[in-house]
Amino acid sequence: MTPVLDVEGLSKRFHMYHLDQDLHAFSGISFRLHAGEFLLLRGENGVGKSTLLRTLYRSYLPQAGHIWYQAAEGRIDLATAADVDITLLRRRDIGFVTQFLVARPRVAADEIVAEPLRRAGVAQAEALDEARRWLGEFGVKRDLWRAYPTTFSGGEQQKVNLARALILPQKLLLLDEPTASLDAGARAALVRRLADLKSAGVAMIGVFHHPGDVADLIDREILLTTQRLPDEAGAETQAAPKAAPGDLEHVAV
Amino acid sequence: MTAQSPAPRGEAAPRQLPQLMTTPPILTMRGITRRFGKVTALEDVDATVYPGEVLGIVGESGSGKSTLLRMMNLEDTPDTGTYELDLPGLGGNLFGLDRFERRMLCARNIGIVYQNPHLGLLMRHSSSGNVAERLLIAGERSFKVLRDKAREALDASEFPLERMDARPIELSGGMQQRVQLAKAIALEPALLLLDEPTTGLDVSVQALVLDTLKRLQRDRSITMVIVSHDLGVIHTMADRVMVMRRGRVVEQGLVDQVFQDPQHEYTQQLVHAKL
Repeated sequence: MTPVLDVEGLSKRFHMYHLDQDLHAFSGISFRLHAGEFLLLRGENGVGKSTLLRTLYRSYLPQAGHIWYQAAEGRIDLATAADVDITLLRRRDIGFVTQFLVARPRVAADEIVAEPLRRAGVAQAEALDEARRWLGEFGVKRDLWRAYPTTFSGGEQQKVNLARALILPQKLLLLDEPTASLDAGARAALVRRLADLKSAGVAMIGVFHHPGDVADLIDREILLTTQRLPDEAGAETQAAPKAAPGDLEHVAV
Repeated sequence: MTAQSPAPRGEAAPRQLPQLMTTPPILTMRGITRRFGKVTALEDVDATVYPGEVLGIVGESGSGKSTLLRMMNLEDTPDTGTYELDLPGLGGNLFGLDRFERRMLCARNIGIVYQNPHLGLLMRHSSSGNVAERLLIAGERSFKVLRDKAREALDASEFPLERMDARPIELSGGMQQRVQLAKAIALEPALLLLDEPTTGLDVSVQALVLDTLKRLQRDRSITMVIVSHDLGVIHTMADRVMVMRRGRVVEQGLVDQVFQDPQHEYTQQLVHAKL
């Protein structure tokens, strides 16, 4: 079966001109992800888990390697794809879920959540109904639906963010600590939604502060380490998908 | 003055041509160079904008961003370079058109909002008259249609209709920008050009103008090019951003990528200088 995502030898470093030095993030990362698979990224703080997710989303530009994504039209390398293609894929296929709300000020919560549906051509009234349903699902109180989320608490903002990110089913979801600072009810709603999406064939790769939240969903794990262990030399560039749930791949970065 | 633009040391691989986007760009500029005496305002600039996209242009004062926007509005002709718009009935390099043809083309297809409302409005004519003037140039002659369309455009720009006959000179800066915006969108242009549309406005008025633009973009999918030295405005509005310095494009990319992972030294300085 063709993987949704086939990452080959991906490397990222940042050149800081004011320091005149390179900051190494990771190198030689390879893995595959199939439809309906859930891949957990593990590793210590600062090892590059979130940087990897942002590189896959093309918020960061990699220095080397490929991010082959299987679009309906054919295989495309996200590492070098034209910006306009990335914009199209972000609207249609690839979602990025983070704990931080990136919302415009002075826009009501339900409108923020409805936006992906509106862009996909859903009528305003229908999109708002669906948005309010998801806000309710994540435990956002009804009297906040028409309010501006910039005035919300961190937890409430995160719920709005999750509802917006997950309202439109996509083919690939990148999850950057989406459960951080959520209350138990919202966490359960999120896990239910992720389970539904997984059943529908959505491929997911994520970083979780408490992986136990999604223990039942995880198919494979990748452990990012800063040390290269002798017996893991091959895993660095040849890590292949493993069928057994809970399998662990070590990737030195 | 010849601009120097060293290659960034981030050394990311060059981007490929579009594979998935099958619609051609609505705007294509190639090799635009413009010199004023010994000063090079634009040096070999390429620009591409796709339908429905918002392209932001940032850079310090004198970087050439407004000169480029004026080229897009056919107000100036470069020393070298070509400009094409993918619109019905249009073909070839638009810089080859004469003054009348340019005026007609712009009236029908391109809207522009200037930083200085005096450049875009007749300050002693009524606000509705300013909008109607645009429609008149495009050939509309019925008074009722002119009035109705002006009202509709002013309403879409969130201008208070009870003041539609007030002269721009009697209005605040934010209201003048809304009249400019109404004039620019009255004929539902294929391309909307915005030159520092919020500069000089109070913060709250800035926010209202940006909200209006964002709503127009969402509801009408208008293709926009927005020039601003305010990175916050570009971050809020744009899908892609082009960073200019000394007449050259030093970097371009998705707005989140350029702001989070700038490749060029100048872009890093610009991003780090943001409050």
